[in-house]
Amino acid sequence: MTDAPRRTALDATHRALGATMTDFAGWDMPLRYSSEREEHVAVRTRAGLFDLSHMGEITVTGPQAADLLDYALVGNIGGVKTGRARYTMICEAGGGILDDLIVYRLAEQEYMVVANASNAQVVLDALSARAGGFDAAIRDDRDGYALLAVQGPESPGILKKLTDADLDGLKYYAGLPGTVAGVQALIARTGYTGEDGFELFVRPSDAVALWEALTEAGRDSGLVPCGLSCRDTLRLEAGMPLYGHELTTATTPFDAGLGRVVKFEKTSNGGDFVGREALAAAAERAETTPPRKLVGLIAQGRRVPRAGYPVVTADGTVIGEVTSGAPSPTLGKPVAIAYVDAAHATPGTEGVCVDIRGSHEPYEVTALPFYKRQK
Amino acid sequence: MSNPQQLRYSKEHEWLSGAEDGVSTVGITEHAANALGDVVYVQLPEVGSTVAAGETCGELESTKSVSDLYSPVDGEIAEINEDVVNDPSLVNTAPFEGGWLFKVKISGEPGELLSADEYAAFIQS
Repeated sequence: MTDAPRRTALDATHRALGATMTDFAGWDMPLRYSSEREEHVAVRTRAGLFDLSHMGEITVTGPQAADLLDYALVGNIGGVKTGRARYTMICEAGGGILDDLIVYRLAEQEYMVVANASNAQVVLDALSARAGGFDAAIRDDRDGYALLAVQGPESPGILKKLTDADLDGLKYYAGLPGTVAGVQALIARTGYTGEDGFELFVRPSDAVALWEALTEAGRDSGLVPCGLSCRDTLRLEAGMPLYGHELTTATTPFDAGLGRVVKFEKTSNGGDFVGREALAAAAERAETTPPRKLVGLIAQGRRVPRAGYPVVTADGTVIGEVTSGAPSPTLGKPVAIAYVDAAHATPGTEGVCVDIRGSHEPYEVTALPFYKRQK
Repeated sequence: MSNPQQLRYSKEHEWLSGAEDGVSTVGITEHAANALGDVVYVQLPEVGSTVAAGETCGELESTKSVSDLYSPVDGEIAEINEDVVNDPSLVNTAPFEGGWLFKVKISGEPGELLSADEYAAFIQS
C-alpha cells in the first residue's frame, strides 16, 4: 500500500471529534476518540456509534445471482429469504478461507456481499473469476456506500426516534430499506460487538447528516462515538473471529470451529461449489483427528497476550499460538483466542501458559465466547 | 496538553523531576500516555537495581500494544510507585502526578534532556 490512505465520508467529523486516527487496510480510520475502555463500556451498557465505511460492498444481480453465490461461497445463499442476511465465507479451492462475509438478499435477484476492507479486492476478483457461465453481474460498490453502526442495548430506542421502519419486526440478521433521519438507508440488524445493534448503509453524501442525527438522538442515552480499538475488544469478548487473526488462507472453516457455515447439502449447481472436496476432507479431519482447536484463554495474571505469542506447557513445549489478545474490560482480565493442540484444548485443561516475551504466564482454557449478553 | 515547566524531558517521552535529597522522580508524559491509549499493565524496575540512560528498565502495556520503558538517567532505583502497579490507569489520568513510575538516585546524566518548551517543539516536529 503505497497510495495515500483513503478517507471515509466522515473523516472531517472524526477529526473534529479529536479522534486518534490509524491506517487500517489502506483507510484512515478512527482508532479511538477518548478512552477505548470507556467506549467499550458504553457499547456494553448504553450505545456506541461507529464509522465502518471501510467495509467492502459488492452487489451481485441477475437471474442467476443466487446460483453464482452458491457456487462461489460455502453457504446456502439461494436459501436466504429476501430481507435476510447470512454470515458466510469464501474459500479457495483448497479450502483455505479467503474472507468471511455477510451477504444480504435485497431482492429475488439482488444480493449485497460485505467483505472485510483488507480483502475487498480479493473477494471481488474471486467472485469475478467464479462468475463465468452464470447469468449474473458483479458490481464493485465500495464507493457507493458509507456504513454507520449503532451498537448497544440503547440502540433500538435511539434508532426508533429517527425512523418509522418496523425495527421490532427486524430480526437479528435481517435488513430492510427505510428512511432514517430523512436519509435513505439499508437498515440491518447485525453486529460485531456481542450487543444488539444496527448497521446503516447509506450514500456517502448522507453520512454526515446521519451521524449528526444519531449523535443527537443518542445524547440522553449516553451514546458515544467509538473507534476500531474498542470494536476489537468487543468482538474478542464475544468470541467473534477476525480475518487475518483467527481466519486465514491457512485455515479452513472447520479448523476455526465454524464448520457450520459450510453447507454440503446445497443442491444448486449440482451441489458443486468452490472448495467442496477439500472442505469435505477438512470436515472429516476436524471430526476425527483435529490438529488444533480454537479456544479461549483467560489470564490468571495481568500481562496481555498478543497475536503470534506461543501457547506453551509449563515445561515450555509449544502447543499452540495466540491469534488475538487484549485486556477484557468486561472480565477485568486479559483474554486471548488461540489455536491449541486438541490434547490441551478442553476447557479446564491445567498447565496451559502463554509465552509473553520470555515469561510463561498461566492461562485458563475456556470455551468461547467470553461474554454473552442477557437477552 | 501542557508539559510542566519545572520538569525535564527525554526523547523517549519520560519526564524527570528536579532532585530532592539526590533523588528524582520519573514518569511518562501526557503525550506518551495519549499515544499508548489505556494503560493496563506496568512493569517497573526493582528497588535497588541499576538503570542506565536510554536503556530499557520496564514496560508499559496498553489495550493495543506494549512499549518499553526507558530511564532518562543513570542511577539506582530508590522507590517504585505501587499505586500505579495496582492501578495502571493512573498513567492516563495523571501522568505528571499520581501516575509517576519510579524514583531514581542519579549517578549520571546523558546531557540531552529537554526543557518543557524544547520537548513541546520536539513532539510537534
